[in-house]
Amino acid sequence: MMLKKLVLVTTIFLFSAFNSNAGSDNELVLKKNQPAEVKDCFETLNRATFAFNQALDGILFKPVASAYRILPSPIKTGVSNSLDNLSTLVTIPNNILQGELKKAGVNSGRFVINTTIGILGFIDVAQHFGFPEYEKEDYGQSLATMGVGPGCYLVLPVLGPSTVRDATASVANIVGGDAWYNVTVLNDTQHFSDFDYYASRVTSGVDFRAKNYDAIENLEKNSIDFYASVKSLYLQDRQQKILNTNKIIETQDDSDWEEIETQ
Amino acid sequence: MKFRKFLLVLFFYTAIFTNSYSIEPDVFVQSTVNRASSILSKDMTKEEKIGELKIIAKETVDIKGVGFYSLGSARKNLDESQKMKYSELFESYFLKSFSSRLAEYTNPEIEVQGKEVLNKNYTIVNSLLIGTSDRPEVKIDWRIYTKNPDNPLIRDLIIEGLSLARTQKEEFSSILNSNDGDINILFKTLKEFSNN
Repeated sequence: MMLKKLVLVTTIFLFSAFNSNAGSDNELVLKKNQPAEVKDCFETLNRATFAFNQALDGILFKPVASAYRILPSPIKTGVSNSLDNLSTLVTIPNNILQGELKKAGVNSGRFVINTTIGILGFIDVAQHFGFPEYEKEDYGQSLATMGVGPGCYLVLPVLGPSTVRDATASVANIVGGDAWYNVTVLNDTQHFSDFDYYASRVTSGVDFRAKNYDAIENLEKNSIDFYASVKSLYLQDRQQKILNTNKIIETQDDSDWEEIETQ
Repeated sequence: MKFRKFLLVLFFYTAIFTNSYSIEPDVFVQSTVNRASSILSKDMTKEEKIGELKIIAKETVDIKGVGFYSLGSARKNLDESQKMKYSELFESYFLKSFSSRLAEYTNPEIEVQGKEVLNKNYTIVNSLLIGTSDRPEVKIDWRIYTKNPDNPLIRDLIIEGLSLARTQKEEFSSILNSNDGDINILFKTLKEFSNN
């Protein structure tokens, strides 16, 4: 049953990749994922959803994140490590889909070590064993590396910024592409329940909000169009994750800078 | 003979003079950061700190250049008087936005770690904001405009790979697109932000 689902997910991805009518070299992937190139086809709806999310943030996520920030640092780090450890279950199949077999091996080793010696991922023991820095991967990134463009920008209720490609790709998580979802929600194992999965997702949202608490407040206060700022930052971040780089010179088109001469 | 000596002296004088005023981009960033850091750790009110930070920003940031970059292709449609008006409005907006953002930090410790020369005009300086118990460490890269090596200027801050100038440019573009490219709406928005 599990094997059939895995085959299904892989087939969907390979099918999408071959139908993308696109090369998969870095330059093309870079061009397709340029933030300025991503169209905001549903802007009116997106802005309404964004306003809804902001209201929800104000009454739920912000107060909870604010309280969460008071917790001692080792606890917050432990929770964050555990969530990262769970996310490797999505990263590993995506390493394989992207042809990064070595990374898949390294992340599998990381998962085994951190889940056992690291007490369910609470302590990032692998880091002390010299494992390289962990980079999350998801099905949206895999589709992008196969040449699928982002499509229009999309703001999802509760979940926030996305694109048509990334939102569609995330369906893979609930049809067998996420082992954590499989053992909690999809299959009736006696060890885990649905609650474990949804609690981990909510905690992940709170952890993100708490880590970026000041940055978000600061950005909101100093933006003349907060929606556009969030959109730009999200798309820049996605572009980097897809290209696995955080070097601006690899993601930014410098031609505009070249035109400006003021000295 | 005397004239040749004079020329020789003039040549050496010019060479020494020029070299002594050239500032390396990484040294420039570290010195700017140290200046800002010393203000942020002083026992001053937030308003006083903002005032001091504005002075540093005026001296070290190419505000005019960042402004025209932020305007994107719309800058090509402006006449001279609109350009002048925009530059004035942008400077007020930028100084308020930039200094308010920085004033939130108390005693930030930033270490310059390296630099990458992109071309004659640009060098990227890499630095790290040291983490504390409240915040993780943050990578900050600086795009330094080095056309005049004696007077390097900051054109962009790239935080964990996310460009502030690019974000600002897309913000301005969104305002223009939502208002049929009407530059006066952008002028009004910038003015309102600065006055609030």
